[in-house]
Amino acid sequence: MPVANGTLVGVSIAPELVAPDVIDRVLAEAVARGGEMAEVFCEDRTSRTAMFDDGRVEELASGQERGAGIRVILGETTGFAHTADLSEAGLLEAARAAAAVAKQGGGGTNVVGLEKRRAYSTNAVRLHDDVATSEKLELLAKANDAARSVGGSISQVQASYAEGRRRILVATTEGVNASDDQVRTRFNVICVATGDSGLQTGFESVARTEGFELFDTVNVDELGRIAATRALSKLQARPAPSGEVPVVLAGGSGGVLFHEACGHGLEADHIVKDSSVYCGQMGELVASPLVTLVDDGTVTGEWGAFSIDDEGRPAQRNVLIENGVLTDYMWDWLRARKEGRPSSGNGRRETYQHLPMVRMTNTFLLAGQEDPEEIVAQTPHGVYVAKLGGGQVNTATGDFVFGTTEAYLIEDGKITEPLRDANLIGNGPEVLRRIDAIADDFSMMPGTCGKDGQSVPVGCGQPTLRITGVTFGGTAA
Amino acid sequence: MSELLELATRVIEQANGKEGIEAYVARGTDTELRIYDGAIESLSTATSAGIGVRVLIEGNEGAQVGFAWSGSLDHEAVDRALREARENAHFASPDPYVALAQLDGVAPSDLALTSATFDELTLDDKIAMTTELEAMTRGGDPRIRQVDSADFGDGIVESAIASTTGIRVSSQRSNAFLSVSALAGDGDETQTGSGFSVGRSAGELDLREASSQAIERSVRMLGAAKVPSMKTTVVFDPRVTSTILSVLGGALSGEAVVKGRSFFEGRLGERVANQDVNLVDDPTNPLAYGAAIFDGEGLACRRNVLINQGILEAFVYDTVAARRAGTSSTGSATRGGYGGTPGAGCRAIVLSPGEQGAAEILSGIERGLYVQSITGVHSGVSPVSGDFSVGAEGLMIRNGAFAEPVREVTVASTMQAMLLNLTAIGNDLTWLPGAACGQTLAIADFQLSGS
Repeated sequence: MPVANGTLVGVSIAPELVAPDVIDRVLAEAVARGGEMAEVFCEDRTSRTAMFDDGRVEELASGQERGAGIRVILGETTGFAHTADLSEAGLLEAARAAAAVAKQGGGGTNVVGLEKRRAYSTNAVRLHDDVATSEKLELLAKANDAARSVGGSISQVQASYAEGRRRILVATTEGVNASDDQVRTRFNVICVATGDSGLQTGFESVARTEGFELFDTVNVDELGRIAATRALSKLQARPAPSGEVPVVLAGGSGGVLFHEACGHGLEADHIVKDSSVYCGQMGELVASPLVTLVDDGTVTGEWGAFSIDDEGRPAQRNVLIENGVLTDYMWDWLRARKEGRPSSGNGRRETYQHLPMVRMTNTFLLAGQEDPEEIVAQTPHGVYVAKLGGGQVNTATGDFVFGTTEAYLIEDGKITEPLRDANLIGNGPEVLRRIDAIADDFSMMPGTCGKDGQSVPVGCGQPTLRITGVTFGGTAA
Repeated sequence: MSELLELATRVIEQANGKEGIEAYVARGTDTELRIYDGAIESLSTATSAGIGVRVLIEGNEGAQVGFAWSGSLDHEAVDRALREARENAHFASPDPYVALAQLDGVAPSDLALTSATFDELTLDDKIAMTTELEAMTRGGDPRIRQVDSADFGDGIVESAIASTTGIRVSSQRSNAFLSVSALAGDGDETQTGSGFSVGRSAGELDLREASSQAIERSVRMLGAAKVPSMKTTVVFDPRVTSTILSVLGGALSGEAVVKGRSFFEGRLGERVANQDVNLVDDPTNPLAYGAAIFDGEGLACRRNVLINQGILEAFVYDTVAARRAGTSSTGSATRGGYGGTPGAGCRAIVLSPGEQGAAEILSGIERGLYVQSITGVHSGVSPVSGDFSVGAEGLMIRNGAFAEPVREVTVASTMQAMLLNLTAIGNDLTWLPGAACGQTLAIADFQLSGS
């Protein structure tokens, strides 16, 4: 078994969320009326955020949530119930509610003896609780000062720090019995610059599946300066172009392009319902031969990393597109069962109150051979995107948008004037075929992916690359 | 006194001399159901509850505020939330503007937000209704090739707020929705469309309406293609208008304005829109999805006129933003459940209807783009700068009538320009989920980007 982000400790994490014998009885109750599979997902989540805004520590907030979600599967039907009551009585009640869909009966399903618990510990070096609050607040003040020092036109700065710890335990009637301890840390800076042209914003963030040791390698002053500079540069920006132009995406500018252009379309829940533009394309050329796309939950420390997914399956590395050829989709337990294959470790849920579904982890394009500067130099006219914002896709049509938050014109092979923010629009399969250059640089960016009302942390990554034509949605005719 | 208000009151009664405390308690019961291919794909039922506590410590240089929440109402969890909120308060900067809401004498409206017939339909009725919605959509047009989800949900949420400044309120609301997503086309082409119906109980929902929307919206997009870039008038469908007005509401938040994060800053009393524009936020309107009796701090929600005949008249405020701006709360505190702190925001924005219906507006347009859905709102629309760029799909309008379908284009402008370039405001007010009402809008001078 690959160990992704934690160490396999082989014993239960403390404190135990629910005792093993209680889990056994709850699973038995869940399938007593004919369910084919039952699962108990227990979660204990704590979070703390601190916000520095308008020149002061505005607010500290902390919270805790714990509970269990119970799933019972019968045929194509899933029954689900959740409860914040982790007592045996509370769990049994939830099990009966989840089993209500299985009321047509059957003989009942035998519970396979649970495997020995695979318990993973966090690999965080400095746990948040071991760090003084004052040390966390100093980071915010530093980022604020650094951002404001960039120039008098910086009129507002908001810096925020967030820490979270999520302990999960998954047990199923098929014998799955695993736990994980996930520790994450995030730091954001948002600046507003004011000038004759109005207000502009600049954003920079860092987020990793790590403890407070994140700040051993991340300089928050630098984050503040980057966000401020980004806002300032846009005060002089000209309107973004309108229409189809060549686009060079900087390495690590977001990677959201692949997340939207094909990532979602390769999620098996869309595939089994024939609602993805990538249905029936297995083994076919779906992208430029330069493209090799990977989804990998095992990349230690990345924002979308974990040891087990929210169905208890160890994280794994999945090659989705290899040299332009579609090699696999992403799978959770339910959709994999339908195809008679194993899950790919992509079953995730926001909290115990949600059903798992197919989700990405860290999705990235592998680096190529070219020099990033050469790619720009060989682009006579176009747009250089230094930083992307979010995006959105319609998986059935493949049409997707992604926004820029720092972009420049390319004129005669040189990066020149800054551009105002805009969305770009394209069609996934078309844009993937139009990638004609990939550089040897690479970096990742954290993001939050929303699907069907659930948000999960994901990583996106890409080297510098060029798309020969994509529609830029600015106002400059 | 409701059980939740009793609990909130017990928490705030633990305040010591220099402390102010506010407790927000909420509990909800939900059913969610998804039908696929004539069978139940998933059925979920649950109750969830939690508490959010704010503690203020008064000092000479102002108050420090701390917040903590818990996703449970058991004793231990509630005590922990109060204890952590106290600890957190000690680390905040003292701020003279930080305060809890003060009762302001505005009487709460007598809205009935819980349907008297909420329990009338059984779970089996709801399953039958959603199954029928799916079948009706699949069979409604030969060009529909797939219905990837047909969903039903309903629930009741109760909440209560108590504070050491004398707030004691509780309220309850019910809601229900049906939604369906359809795919039209053959093997070579797919177009999508969704339909929904919302209400306060399952019995109020209109499955025919939801189904026909999904069918019409997907089928009429068949054959859609990119069009060349152009300057053009854009007509927004009521759903799109509702989304745009919600973002505009973000720029009208007094908190954003007073912190220099809104393009409306410094423009009070000035002309910001065409003179036909009258914009109010009115959560006391029972038709509004966001209708509410109390705001997120327990003050009575009220009608606030924000833009009057094109002139910017007011912003919406919670207590702290109002004090910072030297004014008083407009009863507009919103909070994202028990895990969030209050901020200023709109709940029920309405743009006063004009004279024309959708058909009349269309008939007056020689060439334009009718937009039925937009994408990338969070990445391409900024309530700070006002920059506006979104992906769009819909139909060309030629000589006053719908012409060829269009996809994979963007439309761009600025929110400032859009308010001034409004050429028609529909009389077809459509109450939709979210913070704003929808209607047909025509706005001139968009840059459409295509091929």
